[in-house]
Amino acid sequence: MTLPGNPAPRSMPPRGLLPTRRNDTLFQVVCFSAAMVLMAALFGLILSLAWGGWPAFERFGIGFLFSSEWNPVTDEYGAAGPIVGTLVTAFLSLLLALPLAVGVAIFLVEFCPQRIAHWLAIAVELLAGIPSIVYGMWGLFVLAPWFADHIQLPLLMSVEPGSWLDTLFSGVPNGANIFTASLILAIMILPYMATVFRELLISVPPQMREAAYGIGCTSFEVVGSIMLPYIRRSAVGAVMLGLGRALGETMAVTFIIGNSHGFPKSLFASGSTIASTIANEFTEATGDLHIAALIALGFVLFLITFASIAGARLLLGAERYR
Amino acid sequence: MSVPFSFDHHARRKLVNYLFVALTSGATLFAIAALLLILYSLVVNGIGGLDAQVFTLDQPPPGEMGGLRNAWVGSLIMCLFAMIIAVVIGILAGTWLAEYGDGNKLAVVVRFLNDVLLSAPSILVGLFVYEILVRPFHGFSALAGAVALAFLATPVVTRTTEDIMRLQSHALREAGMALGAGRGHVIRNVIWRASRSGLVTGALLGFARISGETAPLLFTSLGNPFLSFDLTHPMASLPTTIFQFALSAYDDWRELAWVGALLIAIAVLSINIIGRTLTRGSISK
Repeated sequence: MTLPGNPAPRSMPPRGLLPTRRNDTLFQVVCFSAAMVLMAALFGLILSLAWGGWPAFERFGIGFLFSSEWNPVTDEYGAAGPIVGTLVTAFLSLLLALPLAVGVAIFLVEFCPQRIAHWLAIAVELLAGIPSIVYGMWGLFVLAPWFADHIQLPLLMSVEPGSWLDTLFSGVPNGANIFTASLILAIMILPYMATVFRELLISVPPQMREAAYGIGCTSFEVVGSIMLPYIRRSAVGAVMLGLGRALGETMAVTFIIGNSHGFPKSLFASGSTIASTIANEFTEATGDLHIAALIALGFVLFLITFASIAGARLLLGAERYR
Repeated sequence: MSVPFSFDHHARRKLVNYLFVALTSGATLFAIAALLLILYSLVVNGIGGLDAQVFTLDQPPPGEMGGLRNAWVGSLIMCLFAMIIAVVIGILAGTWLAEYGDGNKLAVVVRFLNDVLLSAPSILVGLFVYEILVRPFHGFSALAGAVALAFLATPVVTRTTEDIMRLQSHALREAGMALGAGRGHVIRNVIWRASRSGLVTGALLGFARISGETAPLLFTSLGNPFLSFDLTHPMASLPTTIFQFALSAYDDWRELAWVGALLIAIAVLSINIIGRTLTRGSISK
């Protein structure tokens, strides 16, 4: 197997076959058109979502974003419930996954013997590629029942009825709720973020690390005062990339969030996200306005994730966009 | 110096450091444990139903014997079709970015939009393709499913192509041109050939990305309980069949869903591993 850096060029074809300058231009145009197809894809995506969702925006106006009424029977649609559900699950999962991802990355770079760290890093990267439907099934059949029996029920039993904790923990004890959905999301974005954080930590110049160790810093001080500040900017990008993934994740959430409309009532109550609402209702949508409302939801999701992903890409790879 | 050596201070720093090491190790242990747990339940629940019938029989009505043939065949057809589109567009677009894009503002925009598409929510791609290929033709089709998957795989191929072609040395290009070959000729016959393993990796990573995608297929290819080779009609796929079976009330369907999930996980993991060994991890994300 040849490495990409040391190729073995084949002999050039005989002189008679050398192409003319016109072929060169043609090839460049073909490549350029392919790039334009890509660009057109993204613009087509935006336009088709705006176009398809237009009837809903027209009918409900700005109230579409602030009403939590979602009723296919009366043809009343408001996006506030799924929007809040999307934001709550995404941020909750980030809250759970971020410290873990940073911890994993620091352990792999600073403390783990490099031979083992190499294999662990590959394992983590591979697990980031497992399809979300697998995580969803695990959430539904393994995590949810366990969570209901061992965490949700005991908590419900032990809190004082009527207290604020009771409000926070109330809900049907079947394990399909906002919190378990966030937990699954956290497990999904954890390997993803840990991989990026690890690459960032490795990129810190060794001189800086060694200088810090040389004046007698402990590992904690080296990581906390030298390495983390050094990668600060890109780290924010990595977090936003994880957030973007959590915001748009569909299947895993659809399996476990319980799929009820309206605002989530407590941490352990069922809810819905934009993506899960679309996945659940689109093929069974009853009328044109219902479909338009779902596509309008998609448009809102696009705006939210685009902001997050675009910010992430700009922070992570500024030198790529010069 | 006003900071004398103090035993307390030293001990505290050491203690904090031990705590730090313990916490990061704990985080790693937790992450590995969670992920192993998922793989474990996948194997435990899926391995029992994994037999030849899964590959040779179509999906059964509840309570009868059957397999997942229509689903895996459908997945394979749509993924292959999607990959043909993705490889052609992705490699050409990546070539343009790497070879012709330097100092070009438009290339910066394309590169950025490609990176955004790389992590765009897949369900939105499903909605988009529904708008352009399902609604106008009044019917779900395997073709629409394949196009939706192609939208997801193309950015992966584009990005890997650009990365790998930028790794090729300038001496190669200069040598080709010194022999009198045109620029396009050098790119096709020298640079592409030198980047071959990287290009294959890009295609494999794209394939791995789409082979487990469910959301974009829900409203494009829909699903089909029978074996179908017709691209203009709905077609079953492994992920959508798993979705349908897992949420059903029948135990035997749920068991098949676990088998399907195990199959997909094995497929995705092995494609990823093959892709990575080809370039030994030199491709950035």
